[in-house]
Amino acid sequence: MLPGEHLLSVLIFFPAMGALALLLLRGDDHKFIRIIALIVSLAEFLFSLLVIPKVPIGVPGYHLEEFAKWISQPPINYHLGVDGISLFLVILTTFLTPISVLASWKSIEHRVKEFFVMLLMLEVGVVGVFLSLDLFLFFLFWEVMLIPMALLIGIWGHERRVYAAVKFILYTMAGSIFMLIGIIWLYNATGTFDLPAIRVLLHTPASQGGLELSSSTEMLLFLAFFVAFAIKVPLFPLHTWLPDAHVEAPTAGSVMLAGVLLKMGTYGMIRFCLPLFPGASHRAAGWVAALAIIGIIYGALVAMVQPNLKKLVAYSSVSHLGFVVLGIFAFHNISMQGAVYQMLAHGISTGALFLLVGMLYDRRHTFEISEYGGLATPMPKLAAFFLFVALSSLGLPMLNGFVGEFLVLLGTYQQHWQWASWAALGVILSACYLLWSYQRVFFGEITREENRTLPDASAREKWILVTMAVVTLWMGIGATFITSRTAAAAQNVIDQVEPQRPYEAAAPNGATPQAKRDSSSAAKAISSGRLGIR
Amino acid sequence: MPTDPMLEYLWIIPLLPLLGSAVNGLFGAKWPNKIVNGVAIGSTGLSFLCTLEAVREFFESGQVLFHKEFFTWIAAGNFRAGFDLQMDQLTVVMVLVVTGVGWLIHIYATGYMAHEGGYYRFFSYLNLFMFFMLILVLAANYVLLFVGWEGVGLASYLLIGFYFLKKSASDAGKKAFIVNRIGDFGFMLGMFLLFRAFHTLDFQAIFTSSTLQGWPVELSGHLGTLTFAGLLLFMGACGKSAQLPLYVWLPDAMEGPTPVSALIHAATMVTAGVYVVARSHVLFAHAPTAMLVVAIVGCATAFFAATIGLVQTDIKKVLAYSTVSQLGYMFLACGVGAFSAGIFHLMTHAFFKALLFLAAGSVIHAMGGEQDMNRMGGLSKKTRWTYVTMLTATLAIAGIPPFAGFFSKDSILLSAFESEIGGHTTGYALYGFGLLTALLTSFYMFRLIFLTFQGKPRFDEHKVHVHESPNSMLVPLITLAVLSLIGGWLASPTFWGGTDYFARFLFPVFGTGHHPVIGAASQIATFSTTSTPEEQYTEWVFATIAVCTVLIGIAVAYWLCLKRPEKADGLAKSLKPAYTTLLNKYYLDEFYAAMIVKPLLWISTNVLWKAADVTGIDGAVNGIAAGTTAIGDGVRHTQSGNTRSYAVWVVIGAMVVIAVIFFWPSGGKPVLGMLP
Repeated sequence: MLPGEHLLSVLIFFPAMGALALLLLRGDDHKFIRIIALIVSLAEFLFSLLVIPKVPIGVPGYHLEEFAKWISQPPINYHLGVDGISLFLVILTTFLTPISVLASWKSIEHRVKEFFVMLLMLEVGVVGVFLSLDLFLFFLFWEVMLIPMALLIGIWGHERRVYAAVKFILYTMAGSIFMLIGIIWLYNATGTFDLPAIRVLLHTPASQGGLELSSSTEMLLFLAFFVAFAIKVPLFPLHTWLPDAHVEAPTAGSVMLAGVLLKMGTYGMIRFCLPLFPGASHRAAGWVAALAIIGIIYGALVAMVQPNLKKLVAYSSVSHLGFVVLGIFAFHNISMQGAVYQMLAHGISTGALFLLVGMLYDRRHTFEISEYGGLATPMPKLAAFFLFVALSSLGLPMLNGFVGEFLVLLGTYQQHWQWASWAALGVILSACYLLWSYQRVFFGEITREENRTLPDASAREKWILVTMAVVTLWMGIGATFITSRTAAAAQNVIDQVEPQRPYEAAAPNGATPQAKRDSSSAAKAISSGRLGIR
Repeated sequence: MPTDPMLEYLWIIPLLPLLGSAVNGLFGAKWPNKIVNGVAIGSTGLSFLCTLEAVREFFESGQVLFHKEFFTWIAAGNFRAGFDLQMDQLTVVMVLVVTGVGWLIHIYATGYMAHEGGYYRFFSYLNLFMFFMLILVLAANYVLLFVGWEGVGLASYLLIGFYFLKKSASDAGKKAFIVNRIGDFGFMLGMFLLFRAFHTLDFQAIFTSSTLQGWPVELSGHLGTLTFAGLLLFMGACGKSAQLPLYVWLPDAMEGPTPVSALIHAATMVTAGVYVVARSHVLFAHAPTAMLVVAIVGCATAFFAATIGLVQTDIKKVLAYSTVSQLGYMFLACGVGAFSAGIFHLMTHAFFKALLFLAAGSVIHAMGGEQDMNRMGGLSKKTRWTYVTMLTATLAIAGIPPFAGFFSKDSILLSAFESEIGGHTTGYALYGFGLLTALLTSFYMFRLIFLTFQGKPRFDEHKVHVHESPNSMLVPLITLAVLSLIGGWLASPTFWGGTDYFARFLFPVFGTGHHPVIGAASQIATFSTTSTPEEQYTEWVFATIAVCTVLIGIAVAYWLCLKRPEKADGLAKSLKPAYTTLLNKYYLDEFYAAMIVKPLLWISTNVLWKAADVTGIDGAVNGIAAGTTAIGDGVRHTQSGNTRSYAVWVVIGAMVVIAVIFFWPSGGKPVLGMLP
């Protein structure tokens, strides 16, 4: 099977086929199941790399688009496409899945087959979310992704796993409902679920056949989408499902949760909230930024005093994702690129932190920091990796965390220096909680006898960690490989959200080439009846 | 073949130590010490040689600024941060000090650390430090400088906490990193502000931009962009260079092995703040208020740290406070516009302070690990080389001619006196405190010498086997002693028969900028190699005053420590409150712990986490869930399965419908069409 022009479909359905194959397997040979899962996820990763050359540098808009009618009435289409932003989020997902498979190699002992099926189905949902350009399709994948994640937590989790799984699913569903309402409202108003078409209609004056929303309607629609995304991010104060979900989830679950699921929220803000509702985004920006800054500082402070290592990492995610949201709502192309970069960097470094915490748990079956201490003596290699990852997480230059954080703050500062100044406090606090917890876990004399004989990193663990470390370093030094590809997409989002939107700013008949092309293609689509606008 | 091969490949200079670090870090664990030595000393030594070649090429090409972009590191929008290196006169001084002194200390460390565990780890960290420090001084833009800036902080963290089994060591490492981060917070904001004003963070692009040329001087009272930017950068400098109020990490950093204290916490890393201020001198020149703050903070730190140094008994702690104090001098120099004097003091200080620490290490080595000066004494006979070299360094730091410190300190004090940066009165006050600090310095340094090397041994000579250190430690000591003696002659003032070569050398860096207001810097702005007899006379007077002050300090130290030691105890008793305050470093650490650390932890735990997060937000979430359950539970009872109760519900429902139809306030109109 060679992925050609249907590369994106392949990316979505290949793991599903892998999952199906696993389901059809008879017998219970755990090793075989693991190897199949690994091969499938690795192949998926390689497929995703093939997308990179298909997204040309400097060209905004969607590439590798696929369009097929799915349901004629209401007109729901199978519409996929990738741009610079979703490209790397997809690669992040396909990269973290084989890592998660490897991380679960030894620690998942019962219902092995089901576990890997769920992991692959999760990949299907997440990749689908990042590639969908049809609101209905997007919503479908958004919900599809929930089930395997909740089951991963609920079946293979720790003591309070059911509580955490239910909390996770209800929290997310509560947000999804608003989004569903928003989607249906938009369908009623426009007669289509197609994201590019809706965007063009919303950016076209009513006199030219577009859809102009009243300011309160726009705000309500913005909020409907925003709340769903904010819960996913999670934005303060909607974050309390996260610590529970993380602490109870198995390592692979935490890696996927922190690594990619949270990014679905920030991705949604970039893809839907800003381009579709620029006016409301502007009016809400101050409030959103305030919540993001509170999240940065609050998340860091609460992380600092956690006695539970995994909860500490979970709260640190609240803090880091605050930077992402701030970067998005500063409406500056530098901070927007920083936000995208921070999404990727956080996926790698927090993913790695959860892997390391999981490795400690595999040895001692506890997350309590007080149960550890002096671990650098029995396990120097693990200690070195942990420090490396902690440094990347606290934003040391030349490692991945710095680039995103720096760009977010730099860009935000250009627009609102007060926001950036407050948010920059997070830079100090992240050093506090990471170095303090590192000291308590790894430095000093060994305080508990059972820790004295703990084994250092095994070959499998070393492979996982070396891979993560190499990516961390590469992202810290070779940032331009990614930023050059995200630049056009980020700029595109900024152009759409800026008050002087192209069609308003330009000459008498009111369109820059970009907007013209968009609206003309929309007009063509409308006339061809493809979208079925009433 | 390029004309300047080494300059074209300038990146090799930092890369060599990085390779050394990586090789030792990855493979060194299994190697014998000799190979680790070879890699560590080889890489830094080679880097030093490359530096010499690069400097030679720089001189040969007529001393013009060399600038080269190697690759783009980050790019977004109109922002670009490149891996760009540059070399000018200031870089030459810094890079020579870093590689030269760094190499000597590497050699010394092979002897000093020979019996320690984690040998490869130590040298891997030390080489890593060299890499980042070289990036810092070679960088051609603020962002790359920040890479080195944070990187040396990391190396410092690793090396302070080298003995990680000791809680005090890992505490000190963590403290150093976090306090530095507080400064870096300011540094980052400073960068953001500069980017907003100039749309670039490249040194040359900012300093030579037309925006800056046309920038009005932000006179005192007017807090403009450049004043803020200068102050924010200075905040970073305060963290890195241990100035008030962020100096608290440096004394604790003495937990690290002594070669680390010499290299990182005396000679190189802590001077990075001074370097940044000097590098940004064009910005500061437009912001006299920022310069005044720099001068005052520097002077206050110099004095404040010197007073603490008076009473410390740990030999390394004395040197640590002395470092803080000397860094204060450098900032004082920068603050009054005498940037070349500040950089000159940075260089001489690197020589004599590295020497002091290395010699102190040799003493500690000789004493079998003892650091308390109260348990030393009379070591001069058994450790002759250590004694002679340490005495040289002490004479240098105290400021006795013709040792290096005399020249650098003298020119700083003179510049402070002549400064018009905050009016003449401020200049006199800065001079006065500077002179007083010189007095204190000579006192505590000679106190150190007398307590350690003179008098009778105050330890059990049968238990402690005092021995001179091996050659690998002595050779660096002697080399640095020579430098401490002659290093100052580079800037010997005119009356001394010299031509102040150093200031003339740095003139292209500090002289060409746009210096609208600096009073004292007028001497730089119109650089002349000759001075009038009047100026010579002034210089003589100031030199004499300074030397006399220093001699008084030495005499007092001699009297209190050797002649009448009981008087010292008596003095300590009669001034008990002052003495204990000094001994406890003005309780600043305790103040921070009580006012910031503890409240923050308490609020985070009890208010933010337990009250707000668990009880408040999550309580509300669980409350909604519980409420939903309760409602469902209540409604559940209607589904009893009992036909009669269903019939009752049907009747009730029918009555409600009818009531709505008839009594709904619909303005007399019938609600349902079928009703008349």
